[in-house]
Amino acid sequence: MKCFIGIDLGSTTTKAVVMDDGGKQLGRGITNSRSNYDTAAAVSKQEALIDARFTLFRRGLEGEAALAGRVDAFLAELERNFRHVQFLEQLDDLEATGVRHGAGLRFAGQEKPLRAALGEVFRQLRAESEGIFAPGAKRKSDFFRDIAGSRFMALGDAVCKEAGLSFDLLLNVYDKSIIEVENRPPAGAMEGKFLRALEKTLGATGQAAANGVAHRVQAALAIPLEEAYVVGTGYGRVRLPFPKEHIRSEILCHGLGAHIMYAGTRTVLDIGGQDTKAIQVDPDGIVENFQMNDRCAAGCGRYLGYIADEMQMGLHELGPMAMKSTRSLRINSTCTVFAGAELRDRLALGDKREDVLAGLHRAIILRAMSIISRSGGIRDQFTFTGGVAKNEAAVRELTKLVRENYGQVTININPDSIYTGALGGAEFARRAVQV
Amino acid sequence: MSKPESKAAGKSEVVKDLSMLKQKEMITRNYDALTSAPETGRKVAATFVPGNLNELIQVFGLLNNLPEINAIQNGMRKLSGDYILEAEKRGHSEDVCTYVKADLGSMAKGNLAPNGKPLPRPDVLLLSYTGCFTFMKWFELVRNEYKCPTVMLHVPYQGEGTTTRNMRDYIVKQLKQEVIPKLEQVSGVKFDIDRLRELMRESAKAEDDFVWVLETARHRPSPIDAYFGSVYYTGPIFTAFRGTPDASEYYRLLRAEIEERMAKGLGPITPEGDMKQQKYRLVVEGPPNWTSFREFWKMFYDEGAVVVASSYTKVGGLYDLGFRHDPDHPLESLADYAMGCYTNMNLPQRVGLLEKYMKEYEADGLLINSIKSCNSFSAGQLMMMREIEKRTGKPGAFIETDLVDPRYFSAANVKNRLESYFQMIDQKRRVASAA
Repeated sequence: MKCFIGIDLGSTTTKAVVMDDGGKQLGRGITNSRSNYDTAAAVSKQEALIDARFTLFRRGLEGEAALAGRVDAFLAELERNFRHVQFLEQLDDLEATGVRHGAGLRFAGQEKPLRAALGEVFRQLRAESEGIFAPGAKRKSDFFRDIAGSRFMALGDAVCKEAGLSFDLLLNVYDKSIIEVENRPPAGAMEGKFLRALEKTLGATGQAAANGVAHRVQAALAIPLEEAYVVGTGYGRVRLPFPKEHIRSEILCHGLGAHIMYAGTRTVLDIGGQDTKAIQVDPDGIVENFQMNDRCAAGCGRYLGYIADEMQMGLHELGPMAMKSTRSLRINSTCTVFAGAELRDRLALGDKREDVLAGLHRAIILRAMSIISRSGGIRDQFTFTGGVAKNEAAVRELTKLVRENYGQVTININPDSIYTGALGGAEFARRAVQV
Repeated sequence: MSKPESKAAGKSEVVKDLSMLKQKEMITRNYDALTSAPETGRKVAATFVPGNLNELIQVFGLLNNLPEINAIQNGMRKLSGDYILEAEKRGHSEDVCTYVKADLGSMAKGNLAPNGKPLPRPDVLLLSYTGCFTFMKWFELVRNEYKCPTVMLHVPYQGEGTTTRNMRDYIVKQLKQEVIPKLEQVSGVKFDIDRLRELMRESAKAEDDFVWVLETARHRPSPIDAYFGSVYYTGPIFTAFRGTPDASEYYRLLRAEIEERMAKGLGPITPEGDMKQQKYRLVVEGPPNWTSFREFWKMFYDEGAVVVASSYTKVGGLYDLGFRHDPDHPLESLADYAMGCYTNMNLPQRVGLLEKYMKEYEADGLLINSIKSCNSFSAGQLMMMREIEKRTGKPGAFIETDLVDPRYFSAANVKNRLESYFQMIDQKRRVASAA
């Protein structure tokens, strides 16, 4: 089956979308961009292809009587098991890499206890991974680094204390190893991992039904996913190992992606990690005009990241806290660092955290509104994309300001808007082959 | 200004380089004359490019030193950054025109010419154009430093989009009553109107050839780049050489070279070599960035974008609209010249001119390079862009850089916008050809 792939290399995350030749989305993948765009591109693409497999499983299982009404649950289970298999594989890799790094001169005399401690930490990690990937378990992040990292720290500290070993040594090994493992896209044939996950998932099912399901899943697995054309976009795009004609500007990709998500889109606002773009598109999703922030990235996603650090909060906690505000304070939006100073000043004066945060969200959106107006204003329909579109407080402020300035306009926010650029890229890939 | 070095070293390239060598030699000679003024005893006038009275300056045997050109030189030679910091240290704020700061900083650091010798103290500051208010303040600061005589020619703005008999008389009266007597006094030379006529006759010759060269951009492929390349072509006629046989010789050589390129169907010569493909024909509004001039040009070259007309090459006179220095009406023609330069036009006139260029040069779009520290140019540019889009149906784009402050050139950002813009033109074309 021919696949058309769009990869959006963002400053924070890298996204990929796989599309079939009918323009239907087959799968999506996301990973952290690291400092290595090549790996990020490879990983996100692999993730999107895994997701595409699940779409094929779903298509294959639709007529399966044994799963009538339970296809979703079955696939969720299959994915959970697949992720677990994948996690364990990466854990093996991390351990092997750690053992290698722990053998250096730096650790002379302590190699043995270090090795033992590593073995113990990984044993515990494997044991508790069942729980991490248990049905209904919530994971803060799906990135290997995040899951493995936070647990490694917690378990490692305890293990070291018990063994009378310096935790710094273990940490040093971890830091060296995680970068290596992270920059090594998961190896091995996907098929084997799917089959192991399938086996585990079917364990609970009756034999006859299991055979039918297994047969259909295996048939879907046998469909070759052929990469017909890949288009890259985003700031890292020039680093992609593609010829120039496979690279599109993210402005065009976002415009087209938003058009695919909402055909009535005429104005797009994208607030990403380091830039804010306002894009005007025609009824076919072709970009007519655009404006973006220049020289300074205040008012972008990173502004929120900085504020979260300043307040010692998680990035995702900012929005919910700002929603509690009853009165929004005025905070400047021209400089991130100054906003940080202003924030501390306000808090020192006794203003409430939620009110200060509400003011910060408003500041970001005010900046975006200025960029929008320079691009030609908001036309119906208006589509908001990018990481910041997930922030409810930002959405609330935006909605308010749009109503005040442009009246009743349809505002579209797709929960998967983070994939907008990659989606547009995939469609460009599809068109490139069709023309 | 220094010349782009040609990479190609074929036989025919030798001929092409003649005009470049000629200009280089002229500039070197002028700087040598300036820096040796203390020994030769020649008097020096400092003046600005728009509305300059170069023929009149020569009548009095004065040397012409142009601080704007020095700032550009220092920008291209990567010296302006340090000079600007020096000026800021001395109390000039971040938002002040960076030409001013580069000049004042250079003065503070020895005021060295490209030949490594100090530029002389001016004997007179000739402010012959007041359309840029900053010019006035700039000379006020310079006067404060050198305590030298100042002559100010007040030039009425074309607020109504036209010049009147009254306005012209007003300038001529100032020339007779203020400017000429003061220059006589400073130079000790008696005004000779026949000498002025003679110089103007020479000016007009060069102006004819200059216009001929600019208009070759109507051809496909265009043998010139009317922004980056033409900055060099404007050199002699905008500065200390207009009215000299050297300038006439330069334009004669240049014309022959461009004629030859056109006959051979060649594109413009660029620092990266001959421009082969011309995928996009653009009109550009606004001055270039000087600190990353080559990098900026390369972004166009790499994408196959050639500039076919620009407003910046009209800051020293709108010769292509028919103006010539007129030996039969010397003072009147100086008045018309000063009033007619691009920055003295009102917004509707500028829009009208850009529209004319878009149509006559069959451009694919209008690109605005907006200069943060130059309000004379930047005010109203976004409105101008929208108007051009409306009148021509062709897309516009807006990028933001600075004149000679290297801190304000964000290469990744500019490149991103340019690439997006070119792809947008592509997409529009594809849609148009499919329809």
